[in-house]
Amino acid sequence: MLSGKKVVVLGDRDGVPGPAIEECMRSAGADVVFSTTECFV
Amino acid sequence: MDLGNQARIKELVDTYGKDLVVILGGAGAEASGIAAETVSNGDPALAGPLAGVQLGLKAYHIVEPEIRAEIDPDVYDEQVGMMEMVLDVDEIIKEVSSIRSQITDPDSVICR
Repeated sequence: MLSGKKVVVLGDRDGVPGPAIEECMRSAGADVVFSTTECFV
Repeated sequence: MDLGNQARIKELVDTYGKDLVVILGGAGAEASGIAAETVSNGDPALAGPLAGVQLGLKAYHIVEPEIRAEIDPDVYDEQVGMMEMVLDVDEIIKEVSSIRSQITDPDSVICR
């Protein structure tokens, strides 16, 4: 499902941050086109 | 969701089309659900660039089993493992998957 897919990463400062999700997406073969870490507070 | 990020996602859909997958890392079920709803059905707060804009993007939380299954287990444990222990995983999965189930494909709607 993720391999070769273009992915948008919306991380959370108090949850899982963007860079951590990016690493996971790379290992799944996805192409991260945008990544950010939001603060939902 | 941050208004600047809403604008960016709208631009990305213009560039790449609607075949984008959104991966969330929200700490709570409610915030994750709102983010998922914003990229699928539009900004529920009607405040940002996605207010009234139905992008129809599918959003998954990083802890959902179908996403986790595709990630190298060592990378997942290193990057997400610690946070997963403090997140309400069941509630997050319930919320985000329920938003996905509400997405209707505009191309599949038959007008009678």
